[in-house]
Amino acid sequence: MAEYSAFSLLKNALTGNKDWKPAWRKPDPKASYDVIVIGGGGHGLSTAYYLAKEHGITNVAVLEKGWLGSGNVGRNTTAVRSNYLLPQNTRFYEHSMKLWENLSHDLNYNVMFSQRGCLNLAHTPAQLDDYARRGNAMRHLGVDAELMNVDQIKRLVPALDVSGSARFPVLGGLMQPRAGTARHDAVAWGYARGADRRGVDIIENCEVTGFLRDGGRITGVTTTRGEIRAKKVALAVAGSTGHVMQLAGISHMPIESHVLQAFVSESLKPIVDTVLTFGMGHFYISQSDKGGLVYGGDLDGYNSYAQRGSLPIVDEVMSEMLALFPGLARVRMLRSWGGLCDMTMDGSPIITTGPLPGMYLNCGWCYGGFKATPASGWCFAHTIAKDEPHEFNAPFTLDRFYRGLIIDDKGQGANPRLH
Amino acid sequence: MSPRRTETGGRIDRLRTIRFTFDGAPYTGHAGDTLASALLANGVTLFGRSFKYHRPRGLLAAGVEEPNALVTVLRGEVREPNIAATMVEIYDGLVAVSQNRTPSLAWDIGALNQLGGKILSAGFYYKTFMGPVIGPLKGTRFWMFCEHFIRRAAGLGKAGTAPDPARYERMNAFCDVLVVGSGPAGLMAAKAAADQGARVILADLEAHFGGSANWSGETIDGMSAADWAQRTVAQLGGNDNVRLLPRTTVWGYYDGNTLAALERVTDHKEVAAKGEPRQRYWAIRAGTVVLATGSFERPLVFPGNDRPGVMLAHAAERYANEYGVLSGQRIALFTNNDSAYRSAVALKKAGAAIVAIIDVRSDVSNEMRRLASDAEAELLADHAVVATEGGKALTGLKVQRFDAMSGALSGDERSIHADSLLISGGWSPTIHLASQAGAKAEWDPARQAFLPPKPTHRWIGAGAFTGSFSTAEAIAEGRAAGLQAAGGAESSAPLPVVEAAPGNPDPAPVFEIKAKGKSFVDFQHDVTAEDVRLAHREGFVSVEHLKRYTTLGMATDQGKNSNVPGLAIMAEALGKPIPEVGTTRFRPPYTAVSIGSLAAERFGDLKPERLTPMHDWHLANGARMYSAGLWYRPMIYGLAGETVEQAYVREARATRESAGIVDVSTLGKIAVQGPDAAEFLDRVYTNMFSTLAVGKARYGLMLREDGLAFDDGTTWRLGEQEFLMTTTTANAGKVMQHLEYFLDVIWPELKVTVTSVTDEWAGAAIGGPNARAILASCVTGTAVDNAALPFMGIVQGRIAGVPVMICRLSFSGEMAFEVYSGAGYGTHVWEALIEAGKPFGLVTYGLEALGTMRIEKGHVTGAEIDGRTTARDLHLDWMLSKKKPFIGSAMMDREGLIAPDRLELVGLIALDNRPLNGGGHIVEELDEANPHDSLGHITACCYSPALGKYIALALVKGGKARHGTRAFVSDPLRNRFGPVEIVSNHFYDPDGSRMHG
Amino acid sequence: MLITCPYCGPRDVIEFTYQGDGNRERPQPASQDLDAWNAYVYDRLNPAGDHSEIWQHSGGCRAHLRVVRNTITHEILSTEFARGGHKSADNRAEDRP
Repeated sequence: MAEYSAFSLLKNALTGNKDWKPAWRKPDPKASYDVIVIGGGGHGLSTAYYLAKEHGITNVAVLEKGWLGSGNVGRNTTAVRSNYLLPQNTRFYEHSMKLWENLSHDLNYNVMFSQRGCLNLAHTPAQLDDYARRGNAMRHLGVDAELMNVDQIKRLVPALDVSGSARFPVLGGLMQPRAGTARHDAVAWGYARGADRRGVDIIENCEVTGFLRDGGRITGVTTTRGEIRAKKVALAVAGSTGHVMQLAGISHMPIESHVLQAFVSESLKPIVDTVLTFGMGHFYISQSDKGGLVYGGDLDGYNSYAQRGSLPIVDEVMSEMLALFPGLARVRMLRSWGGLCDMTMDGSPIITTGPLPGMYLNCGWCYGGFKATPASGWCFAHTIAKDEPHEFNAPFTLDRFYRGLIIDDKGQGANPRLH
Repeated sequence: MSPRRTETGGRIDRLRTIRFTFDGAPYTGHAGDTLASALLANGVTLFGRSFKYHRPRGLLAAGVEEPNALVTVLRGEVREPNIAATMVEIYDGLVAVSQNRTPSLAWDIGALNQLGGKILSAGFYYKTFMGPVIGPLKGTRFWMFCEHFIRRAAGLGKAGTAPDPARYERMNAFCDVLVVGSGPAGLMAAKAAADQGARVILADLEAHFGGSANWSGETIDGMSAADWAQRTVAQLGGNDNVRLLPRTTVWGYYDGNTLAALERVTDHKEVAAKGEPRQRYWAIRAGTVVLATGSFERPLVFPGNDRPGVMLAHAAERYANEYGVLSGQRIALFTNNDSAYRSAVALKKAGAAIVAIIDVRSDVSNEMRRLASDAEAELLADHAVVATEGGKALTGLKVQRFDAMSGALSGDERSIHADSLLISGGWSPTIHLASQAGAKAEWDPARQAFLPPKPTHRWIGAGAFTGSFSTAEAIAEGRAAGLQAAGGAESSAPLPVVEAAPGNPDPAPVFEIKAKGKSFVDFQHDVTAEDVRLAHREGFVSVEHLKRYTTLGMATDQGKNSNVPGLAIMAEALGKPIPEVGTTRFRPPYTAVSIGSLAAERFGDLKPERLTPMHDWHLANGARMYSAGLWYRPMIYGLAGETVEQAYVREARATRESAGIVDVSTLGKIAVQGPDAAEFLDRVYTNMFSTLAVGKARYGLMLREDGLAFDDGTTWRLGEQEFLMTTTTANAGKVMQHLEYFLDVIWPELKVTVTSVTDEWAGAAIGGPNARAILASCVTGTAVDNAALPFMGIVQGRIAGVPVMICRLSFSGEMAFEVYSGAGYGTHVWEALIEAGKPFGLVTYGLEALGTMRIEKGHVTGAEIDGRTTARDLHLDWMLSKKKPFIGSAMMDREGLIAPDRLELVGLIALDNRPLNGGGHIVEELDEANPHDSLGHITACCYSPALGKYIALALVKGGKARHGTRAFVSDPLRNRFGPVEIVSNHFYDPDGSRMHG
Repeated sequence: MLITCPYCGPRDVIEFTYQGDGNRERPQPASQDLDAWNAYVYDRLNPAGDHSEIWQHSGGCRAHLRVVRNTITHEILSTEFARGGHKSADNRAEDRP
């Protein structure tokens, strides 16, 4: 398949763009594979890509019940960062960040990773200390972090209200300069194309309806496109984890599926040149290259599989937005949508072998899954290939909850809607 | 007379002239004009520039779906970008400017992008800009370099930074029947429901009710449809049970039949009346919704279909009939259906010459042929437009013979001179709200449109929304829907009689004319038919991939014009029927909604402010306030010239030397009452409360269910069955919910009630060696000596005549008392204590001094009980009762919670005698250049006047085992590195002799 | 979403606080069965479909309600006090379209 480049664009333009090939094939499923990855989202696709690239395992099928990338990889607010408090998370997300930094080259696909920084605003001295704790924790793991004062913040985001008269005045902020945003769909498509080029079968409109077993061992799946056998079956279905695990006979998981809304404004000339978060509520914003302000806030706060948001959160998010940007009251919200978040009991993910023989589980991304996409697939591929976790995902076991080895960045306990 | 204004007709007020400017040039229009109609009347053809190629664009539509004519409306410094000119009602002094052009709308340097032509095809940016693999532009640098320019070239209008001075308002409304849309169907529905006595709300996004009746030229009940609509609205307006909401867009259909609407209250006014908000956000809870939202006319896709002067047929009809403006003098129409013939006749009547009707169909009915001849138009059946001519205005078009079955063109091109080309590609019902409600649309092959399916919520459709495009059907369905929604019986009474032009509602299934040149599907985003086919070639074939890859339908019109044509072109490429490509699910909002309206009253007032009863006293006495959650609390009471550190050191020192007083009203206070109150507290606290004597208080610790520390505070036993629990300020609400949950869900058998009384009590803590003497001098009704008021004892008395409750407990480590009075007497008691303290040099102290003294004592607060620490981590394991189970007891000993490498509470002393910082980390080996191996972090720090040192509390791996050892603070964020000694967290008076007295 | 509180009548979801899966069973306080405690604290049923869950009417009477709600459609099928007894007057199961 042709490499993408400025040259190939020019060449194809001269022939009327008639010679472009599909970004990935649309094969029928084979009877069996070495590995089946359930879930054609970002994590499933990156898993398949790294299985092929890092471990030479190419007899792989990715099964997607709808269209590829129809889940959270195409529904998020595109922020990429590794600014965590706890070392287990920071190490993992920093590995992801390093993969991000070379991802467009690696995939020969421009995922538009723009390292425009992520700034967490602090509004009380105690919060500034909290952010300093986090930033210092990052620095002690070799991750970039800086504190910014109000003048620096004002220069970076002139539209921000930093007046002392605000209800929650900005006192400073924690900046991770290497953080930023990426084009979400491009990540799915780039991984799909990369995996496909290495021989992975990506099978859309193929919903898993059950599991094949030999004794206690998972040996394949039944799908809307027939039975498919595999030596290893890996789940990367995010918000649908509870549902798919029930198909495997596991009725309870340390996960709740919640809906998270996201919003885009009409297209505007550049006004927010970084990723920004509000400290006295839950609000985050960036601006896409097309000019839309992309923003969101809290979960709706109850179990849902509906990809359908509620009105109170809309009002809350907009109110917080205007607390930061009182000049944007006349800007208009153009689109809203909901994504399903697989919220765990400590806010950290699960990437592990098991819990059934022949099964591998990747889930619990809460609403941080997009930035994890490269490392999630990379670590999951390692876990599937080696039958043991890499040190980056070793802490993210399923039994950590029961053993008290919780990784609770927000300190909220077993209350998923608060993570 | 402006060149395009008709002599008569329209609903504008020709006697009232309105003056406004567009891009700085002055124009006039009439009352009733929109910015679009007024500019059109002035001969303006160029309204905007497209997103990608910056192509010149004119008006396509007359309503909310306008994709091209986007403007920014200015009110002083306040900007409102991206408003469709079709939705701006003009007023005297209106200032509007065009967007996305440099330097001017007529001469836009961005138009150079058109030279990029086929290189800038759909998704081109995914295939390039990756940059070199090595060198200074490796990684993301090259892309970010390119992105800098791309970002500035992209984007439509410019947002303002000046705060919007407008007010926004939210209303909650309840009704039996909400009717959305006020065309003939909506009016009939509202009338029928109102006549049944139902509470009705009728909302329409336009300024005037009536919908298509306002411009259809049809006759209803013997009068013009517009007059009939006005009469019906007047009848509705006379009913007490009807609320009319014009200029109100119902934009969201949410769960529970809750609909969100935006009313533009004063946007059309030069000056708002006193008290009027700019916009009003309605949350409407409707019993039943009647969706009478009409339909959109679709454009046809052919080369040059975006040239200024190409307009939807009904839009031109509407400009002529409603605003008295002609889209041109020589008009051609291009259609695949019958509705354009009616438009032709209407425009002929309004005074334009109809040069041709170009119809892709061969089987044009005799009725339509008659209408064409009424319009004195040449009818070119079996023909299609293959090109348009002109620059920033249309001058002509080319047609060719066309076979609708095969899509083939044949014969010679023929040129037609025209200054307006009207197009009609059939109609799509406006099913957005039904789709938001969760219903999946169904393709109707006859109508060539997605129709609404069976409702998923309590709504009923009527009129064009259901695919019934004639006014007679709309009227019948409207009445039936209104009756049904109001619970009335079907009516056999005669319906209003409609006289309308004939017409078959089913178009020919022709969406695109394939000929040389750019044919636009999504006008604003410049998505062409070739882009759709490129998406097909590259495998982006499902509707969502198509949208995302090409950006089709992602512009401000949200695909209202482009959705069906785009799907049709993809379907043809796939060789599949349209519904197999997929149906777009619409999501809120139906049209873009101002963020100000959604914030409503919370714009400029995000959260309530919580103030203690003594707040004003603090402000009047020099307090600098600190925002803590929603509360405001004194941080310091600074003297002139004092730094914060000087102030808190003075306050803390004075407290330890004589006495200090601090406002503690913000502490959470919960009354726990009932026969089982003591038992309940035994279950929620780790330590025993059933053994607590009446009139005594005890410090208590709560865990979460998972065994981690949750909150701490003192609880006072006021009676055998009555306790007053105090919580930390931050956790007051959480603790209350925690207690309620257990009482209501887990242990409903316990006879206990809990009541939040935080706001009922004012609290003052007075401590220091002279605290008791001060109290003794002002308290009546009780003694406060050691016998009457021992450590953790409680007494009731009076201060300055006011009943108070006094508990002898200490956070500062001094002999100290908490004095509670009714909140209304808070300041009175506070002032009495201050007065009594004067002879003793009593100081007021703030949070900084409070924090300083608690650090010296090694007490924990939220910085240490941070949701990740256990009782053992905080050396509070002495509080874990072994005599009883309590919340968290079963879970607190799991392996991860007793691991040796957990962070434990310690004290730190700065050995370099320099200030420490909260959030600084602790390391064994200092490496300023490459900090690593953090042992933990500082949770709180201060200068300790009692020790004369900079000290801190910290959570450090190893904890107690490190007491007496040396380590380093490593704070690269603030460049603070230096040696510290790790010590016990109990810095000061560890055996408590001062507070025990 | 409207939740019908048995005390207060139909109220907007904004008045309520979600307290999660209502199928969990808390072991007896003195129980040392760690598996049972773990299941209670950490495991959730999380079905795509009808779900029994606890809500507190925190912006109203503060009672806890047991609500059966469909997690795909958000329809509320029944509401009653979590401590048992007194179902709300207008359970809407019969209104499902």
